[in-house]
Amino acid sequence: MKRRTSPADRANRPNRSYTLIAGCVLAGLIALLALVSLVWLPYAADDTSGGRLTGPAADHLLGTDKLGRDLFTQAMTGSRIAVEAGLGSVLVAAAIGVTLGVLSAFAQGWLDDTLSAFLDILIAFPTLLLAMLIVAARSATLGSAVLAIGLAQSAVVARLVRILVKRVLAQDYITAARTSGTSWPRIVAGHVLPNIWPTLVVNLALQFGLAVLAEAGLSYLGLGAPPPNASWGRMLQEAQATFTTAPAGALAPGILLVLLVIGVNLVADGLRDTLDPATRRRRA
Amino acid sequence: MARYLLRRLAFLLVSLALASVVLFVLLRMLPGDPANALTSVGAGPEQIAAARHSIGSDRPLPEQFTHWIGQLATGDLGTSFVSSLPVGPEVSSRLDVTVPLTLAAFVLAVLIAVPAGFVAAYKRRTWYGALLSGVSQLGIAVPVFWLGMILIAVFSLNAGWLPAGGFPQEGWAAPTEAVRSLALPVVTIALVMGASLTRYVRSATLDVLNSDYLRTARALGSSFGRAMWRHGLRNASVPVISILGIELASTLLGAVVVESVFALPGLGSMLATGIAQHDYPVIQGVLFVSTLAVLLIGFAADLVQRIVDPRLRNRLSGGPR
Repeated sequence: MKRRTSPADRANRPNRSYTLIAGCVLAGLIALLALVSLVWLPYAADDTSGGRLTGPAADHLLGTDKLGRDLFTQAMTGSRIAVEAGLGSVLVAAAIGVTLGVLSAFAQGWLDDTLSAFLDILIAFPTLLLAMLIVAARSATLGSAVLAIGLAQSAVVARLVRILVKRVLAQDYITAARTSGTSWPRIVAGHVLPNIWPTLVVNLALQFGLAVLAEAGLSYLGLGAPPPNASWGRMLQEAQATFTTAPAGALAPGILLVLLVIGVNLVADGLRDTLDPATRRRRA
Repeated sequence: MARYLLRRLAFLLVSLALASVVLFVLLRMLPGDPANALTSVGAGPEQIAAARHSIGSDRPLPEQFTHWIGQLATGDLGTSFVSSLPVGPEVSSRLDVTVPLTLAAFVLAVLIAVPAGFVAAYKRRTWYGALLSGVSQLGIAVPVFWLGMILIAVFSLNAGWLPAGGFPQEGWAAPTEAVRSLALPVVTIALVMGASLTRYVRSATLDVLNSDYLRTARALGSSFGRAMWRHGLRNASVPVISILGIELASTLLGAVVVESVFALPGLGSMLATGIAQHDYPVIQGVLFVSTLAVLLIGFAADLVQRIVDPRLRNRLSGGPR
């Protein structure tokens, strides 16, 4: 859908790049924490040398949990798991979703109705429920969680891709390419994918945030990465009982989670405006 | 419209049939033998075989499937492997918690989101418009269980105004306690749902505000309020209705986390226990009922959309396109 850019919108444009920068800084900080955790952690994951439920102090930046383990160490590990969960799920969702979406965009008539209705039902089926089933069918590991979240999200990606591809296929240059004898696979690779990728990348960035939230929800229910891998969701679950006595453990993982998701969403917003200025669509 | 209604109903039935096949097959792919849950550790092969026979899991899959469908047709959801209690009454008693929880949260979320989204769009250049947009962005980043934990800490552990969790044994026979124990979960879901709805309402309102037809109506002398009422509301509500349908369905099923935070005996926790115990009839029953609900909600959303927007008439199933 084409939309004229009003002068007021244009005046807002410079602010938008700040969105991208702010998002990159937030998400980058968490990503940095995750990268550092790969090579260095303040304490070992099973080090219970600290006092139980101590508050934040110099040697334990966020205090300790009820077993005396360092919460900052767990939070760092949690950031690694969150980033892994987000990246992994988005990869699964993109691989399945793009393939399914492109294929269903070529469907016509009742097949088209059926496919889009099937995707609608799948989308209405909450990620978490599907994930619970898959995790129960396999086992509670990060891999199961990632696979489940990615599968659930692939329906959303597929529907988006389907709409985008249909829109491109209706263009005159596709008819022109067909008339000049270009094969469908070449049209998809040469015309369709290059035209849909800006919107796709933005949506995948949003899915990253949702995947991080879903993984946290699964681990909160005890269906995520098993101990001693401290996922933020499991940290929160463990800290729930001691919220009033040791609030740091119940607040810090949540704040990190919110920062990462907001950061990624801001990156998505910023990308939308930089990558896709012509068909810029406002989103709330 | 009558023809559409018939086609859409047929589609509903086909979806339900498909969903039940998928459900059945998917569940049989769960590893582990439900008979293990029934027998004690170290049970002999005969005992396990007897257990399998008693729950019918030794019969061929197609036979198990037709048996299940036959039961469903008579309104029987089966009997739990583990507790030997019928699933149907258990589901309906769980619905007493989940349905009020979902509906109240849904209504509250709409009451928050519609005005907030409209103001966020119409007054987007003011500080409070920007603030509303910002808060709705924050809202979609906050995990629902964490918000629940914080609300418990503030309103029940510190202030002591509301219970931290649980549901009265007597259920709705103790109306005050029931309402009090649902208050925090309802607010928790409504805030998170309201935040994401606000973004859709804002976006739909912006589309209307920038539309040619609104400008034309204004140019022809219609007041802003009248133009919005006659032209804006209908156009803005089309995408919002389809999102509302999806949100309602996913809240009904997705209440499992909130139910777990607040220790509520709802449908979600029944499902979680069922999955953990490989209790097929329970899982099948809960998922069948919730799939039915999801399909019915989608049906209703499609109908309402079609009444609001005649342009959709040629499509079987609506959705934002």
